[in-house]
Amino acid sequence: MDKLLEQIKKGTVWAFPGGIHPPQQKSLSNSASITRLPLPDKLIVALKQHIGANGKLLVEKGQYVLKGQPLTEPAANWSVPVHAPSSGVVTDIAPMPSAHPSALPELSVIIEPDGKDEWVALNKNKNPAELSHDELINIIHQAGISGMGGAGFPTYVKADTKQPIEFLIVNAVECEPYITADDVLMREHAKEVIQGIEIMQQLLNPTLCIVGIEDNKPEAIAAMKQAAEHNSKIIIQTVPTIYPSGGEKQLIKLLTNREVPSIGIPADIGILVHNTGTLFAVQQAVYEGKPLIERIVTVTGNTIHKPGNVWALLGTEIKHLLDCQGFSPVPQQSVVMGGPMMGFTLPTVRIGIVKTTNCILAPDHKELAEPGPEKACIRCSACADACPASLLPQQLQWFAKSKEYDKLQEHNLFDCIECGACAYVCPSEIPLVQYYRIAKVEIKEQQADKIKADRAKERFDARKERLEREQEERQNRHKRKPAAKSADEKQKVAEALARVKNKSDNGDEKSAVAAAIARAKAKKQQGEELEPDNSEVAKERALRKEQARKYKEQKSQTDESAETAPVDDKKSAVAAAIARAKAKKAAQALDNAEQATNEEPQSAAPVDDKKAAVAAAIARAKAKKAAKALEEAEQTVSEAPQSDTPADDKKAAVAAAIARAKAKKAAKALEEAEQTVSEAPQTDAPVDDKKAAVAAAIARAKAKKAAKALEEAEQATSEEPQSDTPVDDKKAAVAAAIARAKAKKAAKALEDTEQTQPQELQVDSAAPKSAESNTDDSSVLINADKPKSADDKKKAAVAAAIARAKAKKLQKEGNNQS
Amino acid sequence: MTLFYALIAIGSLALIFGLILGFAAIRFRVEGNPIVEQIDTILPQTQCGQCGYPGCRPYAEAIANGDEINKCPPGGESTMKKLAGLMGVDEKPLAGGEQAEPIKTVAYIREDECIGCTKCIQACPVDAILGATRQMHTVLIDECTGCDLCVEPCPVDCIDMLPVAETKQNWKWQLDAIPVTQID
Repeated sequence: MDKLLEQIKKGTVWAFPGGIHPPQQKSLSNSASITRLPLPDKLIVALKQHIGANGKLLVEKGQYVLKGQPLTEPAANWSVPVHAPSSGVVTDIAPMPSAHPSALPELSVIIEPDGKDEWVALNKNKNPAELSHDELINIIHQAGISGMGGAGFPTYVKADTKQPIEFLIVNAVECEPYITADDVLMREHAKEVIQGIEIMQQLLNPTLCIVGIEDNKPEAIAAMKQAAEHNSKIIIQTVPTIYPSGGEKQLIKLLTNREVPSIGIPADIGILVHNTGTLFAVQQAVYEGKPLIERIVTVTGNTIHKPGNVWALLGTEIKHLLDCQGFSPVPQQSVVMGGPMMGFTLPTVRIGIVKTTNCILAPDHKELAEPGPEKACIRCSACADACPASLLPQQLQWFAKSKEYDKLQEHNLFDCIECGACAYVCPSEIPLVQYYRIAKVEIKEQQADKIKADRAKERFDARKERLEREQEERQNRHKRKPAAKSADEKQKVAEALARVKNKSDNGDEKSAVAAAIARAKAKKQQGEELEPDNSEVAKERALRKEQARKYKEQKSQTDESAETAPVDDKKSAVAAAIARAKAKKAAQALDNAEQATNEEPQSAAPVDDKKAAVAAAIARAKAKKAAKALEEAEQTVSEAPQSDTPADDKKAAVAAAIARAKAKKAAKALEEAEQTVSEAPQTDAPVDDKKAAVAAAIARAKAKKAAKALEEAEQATSEEPQSDTPVDDKKAAVAAAIARAKAKKAAKALEDTEQTQPQELQVDSAAPKSAESNTDDSSVLINADKPKSADDKKKAAVAAAIARAKAKKLQKEGNNQS
Repeated sequence: MTLFYALIAIGSLALIFGLILGFAAIRFRVEGNPIVEQIDTILPQTQCGQCGYPGCRPYAEAIANGDEINKCPPGGESTMKKLAGLMGVDEKPLAGGEQAEPIKTVAYIREDECIGCTKCIQACPVDAILGATRQMHTVLIDECTGCDLCVEPCPVDCIDMLPVAETKQNWKWQLDAIPVTQID
């Protein structure tokens, strides 16, 4: 450490890799003293002349402003204000071509000077050593000072660095050909520059301040040495003339032998670099209170009559500068802002100068020839030798051409300082720097896109989540309504559902099996009498057959509905038989017991015929109920199409039509059945049991059909609240599963012999809510027959058996559908 | 005897490695298909649905399951190339014959024509449109992905897709520009 300091103090200068020696051309402009331009007709002050955000506009169109009056105030991070360069009227605030190779418009304040050049009140400080750190930073910030070397980095940010600074480096190298702005500034204003350095020393308290000046500026070196004599902490270091020694990283390497890390800033290694011009502006701001409103610009080139340095107000049109210095353009004249190496050709000269404009170069065709056509790279590696950043320019060039941006980043493209040394030495005249610039923009764009894409994804996901949540909430709202009903009602609904399903049974073998099971159960119900009663079974079977036959005959006669009737014949016969069997057994069981309902005393009669009649009556009652239910269902269904989505309309309409047809049929059949069967219980006479059976069968069939229709209607209606679950198959399968579960439980309950009802209720209440929540209408229609059926044990048993069979069939259907 | 030792040694080694592998299979189990994530990061996330899938992730999943890689017009050729590299398949021209470098656009609502129907708000996959019923709507340009989805539902056709403005930040040198020669 001490060794390094000693070395620096001794005047040791290190070297950076690469570098070139282009013709200096500085003598053109460095002999004359700085002149002051006459006031231009208008000043175009761009709001953004630095790296960072725009300031907030303070003036408006038509407003009179004084020289040095702020036009903007700092708003966001890294924003520095701009000031009126002269007193006058704001004629317009509009986007104007900016000092950029693209000349893309930038919001600017256009001021028409009134010629008085009247200053605002200036806050001068005779002794800045008395000012606090924050006060100084504030002065620098409010004066609108940003780096005047090229990049335009806000100076107040640099001056307020929190990292400890060991070396403060003053960049007075000015390595680019033609430019002499800093040279003449140091010659004429060395004292002020040193004062600026001292302010920075006060702010940053570095161990040492090194001023680097190229050895082609002996006058400037002498002036600075003289001015800095009193301050032992300032060392004026002479560096050899080599381009680009004025690059920040290169200068650090030259003066301190340290290297700035690849993606780092000098402050990371305890170094801060300021430009001479910037320090002069700091001195002016602190001592004189003057904001940054003018700068020295070198106007040079062979087409300029009086090349030299001028004090130019910021916002002065370049045309004005050229005209004042005498300009005789050649055909296809190009005007370059900046030096010949890093500058850019301006698309128009109607552009106001900005804080970073250090040179206006108007060369003729001899001194700065138009580059010839690009030739193929011959891999001579001259560019790599010249590169001051130790990069591989030709590799970068290949990758840039093939748009391999990952490779470019791997090869540290962003360490390229765009000095142009590689392009200068290239024998194939490849515009290497331009390739890198494009690639840099592309990479930055891709990174920005990536960030944007990530944000878009985030927003998309958030939106999706929100939509799902909303949908769920909607569904829950629908669910909550039925769930809010009393437990009693729920039970009713569940029971009704089970019954409806039982009735709509049409699986032959299954119902037969179910019948057998039911019979077995019924027998158990009889209590101790467990002796087999085969004769009864045989009789039943015969009866069943007969009924089936009769039913078929009648069916063919009536042939009302072709679609559903034939399927139902057998089943209904079987069901009727079962019903009768149940009735018988229940009657027997009830003989032992004494308690009886309205129907039971009738069915208690010992004769089979009578029992059959009773069964028929029950069937009739059921049919009636079904018919009633049907009417209600019809109402529901006929209402549905109005509120339904178009897809459901058809289904509902069809269901309604079917239901209506069936209701009619049922009613008709019912009448017949009634006529036939009605006398039986009343007269107690031995009515022909065949007849009764037939009637019962018909009634049952009708009831079943009605129930089936009802179920269809129910499905149709239940779809409207649950329109989100599109597949019927699933619903059917679920319903089947539920029904099956219920049926099993019911059967189990029956096996326990006596008490069916309480358990059935229990089972029903345990059934999933989805089954219960079908429709309000179904719950209403079931209310009517609930009390009766609850009393009726045998009925319950039958229902259980049939329900199981039904469930199986439903599932089968579901499978077929899916 | 030597054979016996050899068998024991090999067997125990096999057992140990098997246990290690088994443990690793459980401990370092990868949830889901990592390739889908990688594809998803390449896709431009405009969520425009031009690929025929409802968003970028579903398309990423489809690609992982073998769908074509050239169905993403907003991503352009560069996205297709990246996908080709990732999936190890051949590059192919974009399915719809779109240009290789798509022009980036953002939606712009002509606000005096907007009737405040909120239809575009519902269509926007990234919630980049601000507004309320019978109130004027506007697009958050920074969030707009330029997916076009809001243009179609607009009943008064007041939404335009405008190319993203060129700024100094995204301006590029034109190297292949033909030099202009002024004749006078």
